[in-house]
Amino acid sequence: MQKLELHNVIKRFGNNTVCNGINLNVEQGQMVCLIGASGAGKSTLLRCINLLEPIEDGEIFLDGKDISLPGLNPQSVRSKIGMVFQSFNLFPHMTAFENAILAPKRTSGISKSQLNFEIEMLFERFDLAERMHNYPDQLSGGQQQRVAIVRALAMKPEVMLFDEITSALDPQLVGEVLDVLLQLKNQGMTMVLATHEMQFAQQAADKICFLKDGKIVEEGSATEIFNRPKKAATKAFLTRALK
Amino acid sequence: MTRREHYEQQQRRKSLIIAAISTIFVVVAVIIFVPMTPGWEKVQKSFFNATVLAKTFPKLLDAFKVNIMIFAWSAPAIAVLGLMIALARDAKAPALFPLRIFGAAFTDIFRGVPVILTVYLIGFGIPGLGLPRPWNSPFIWGSLALILTYSAYVAEIFRAGIDSVHPSQRSAALSLGLSERQVMRDVILPQAVRNVVPSQMNMLIALQKDVSLLSFIGPVEIFRQAGVYKSLFANFTPYVGAAIIFLIVTIPATRYADYLMARQMRERR
Repeated sequence: MQKLELHNVIKRFGNNTVCNGINLNVEQGQMVCLIGASGAGKSTLLRCINLLEPIEDGEIFLDGKDISLPGLNPQSVRSKIGMVFQSFNLFPHMTAFENAILAPKRTSGISKSQLNFEIEMLFERFDLAERMHNYPDQLSGGQQQRVAIVRALAMKPEVMLFDEITSALDPQLVGEVLDVLLQLKNQGMTMVLATHEMQFAQQAADKICFLKDGKIVEEGSATEIFNRPKKAATKAFLTRALK
Repeated sequence: MTRREHYEQQQRRKSLIIAAISTIFVVVAVIIFVPMTPGWEKVQKSFFNATVLAKTFPKLLDAFKVNIMIFAWSAPAIAVLGLMIALARDAKAPALFPLRIFGAAFTDIFRGVPVILTVYLIGFGIPGLGLPRPWNSPFIWGSLALILTYSAYVAEIFRAGIDSVHPSQRSAALSLGLSERQVMRDVILPQAVRNVVPSQMNMLIALQKDVSLLSFIGPVEIFRQAGVYKSLFANFTPYVGAAIIFLIVTIPATRYADYLMARQMRERR
């Protein structure tokens, strides 16, 4: 059974079809990268998986269970699927630690001291313990994004979605965030990334999907996509992206 | 000193001199021309009479305590009711639909009627029901009129504050598995309230002044007291005294609100 399975997912905003019949399988522990030009539907697809956007048609399965069923309470699904955004979206009125502990404090029954300990360990693990009690505006962009990752991990998700998480960062800060992704991959996290970091995708992804106009035009391993792309559209995109 | 610093210092000196000259010019003009008006002596006697001011000022201060009292219990009630109305207007659950309608009607009505009319209608109308003491007190119903009117405005400001929080904050909070309620309480509201503090400060200042409207239905607060002394001394100076007392309170408050506003603008940039 696939960890995450998308079947003919269709998402429209008015007359604009953003996801036009997307099929995607993600295995347990796999890192899948979605590549493609801006507006191809990568971000929207991730938002649909996290039920932030209701889909028009199709199904999304998590562990074989249809999570896209209309009327389903999205809370339990979202606590299993973490998401990190391009613009960090940390809560500016809370410290990094408070950002991370908020959701587990509200939704899990774990005791306060145990929770404190767990979150501290998480900050420790990602080398952020020193900045734990800083407010977001006291942190660099890279640190903020790492805190956002820690915040999502605090809910102990089974799948993580990353929406162009390095696009808003200065080039010299991209590395530290990508390192965190590799760390997660090594620990066996199932991940779906929308990304413009072609080099990273090439090195780290188990599977790459090229999206164009709301469709997955081509998918395959990094070597297949980057070295032997079959479709003309993929070739054209990569020529531009790797320039 | 660099060339640029030298130039800037020169510019500053120049603008300072111009500002000083123009201020002196205006002040001198006022001092010379106002006393030349035919009614000046009379106005001076009836509005700026030092003896009357000295006699009435302490009593006016005393009466101002009534204003402060009414303000002190109205302001927290306005904050609570205003927030409740703001939340009611954004309620999504179908069962809360009546609440939404009520919230919309409430803000429409109380923003649409002049404060003084509300004060009259509630302040005279409800005690007219023949309620026993102390429930016929104009203090209670006058305050209620202020609370209702100001809650309507305060609610709208809170709503604007809620709208000012970027939708991505909501997305992020929802993606963590928080419920709509938790998102509102833990993430949206704290930021919304912070965003509207300067605007709400201005509402407080306006409320402080509008407490005087209650004098029309009975309570002897500072404006009413000044009116009593005006009749007694046949002199308008007590009104000037009352204005001075208001300014002592409102000028620092206004400055503070402006400071908060300016700081917020800086932070946004």
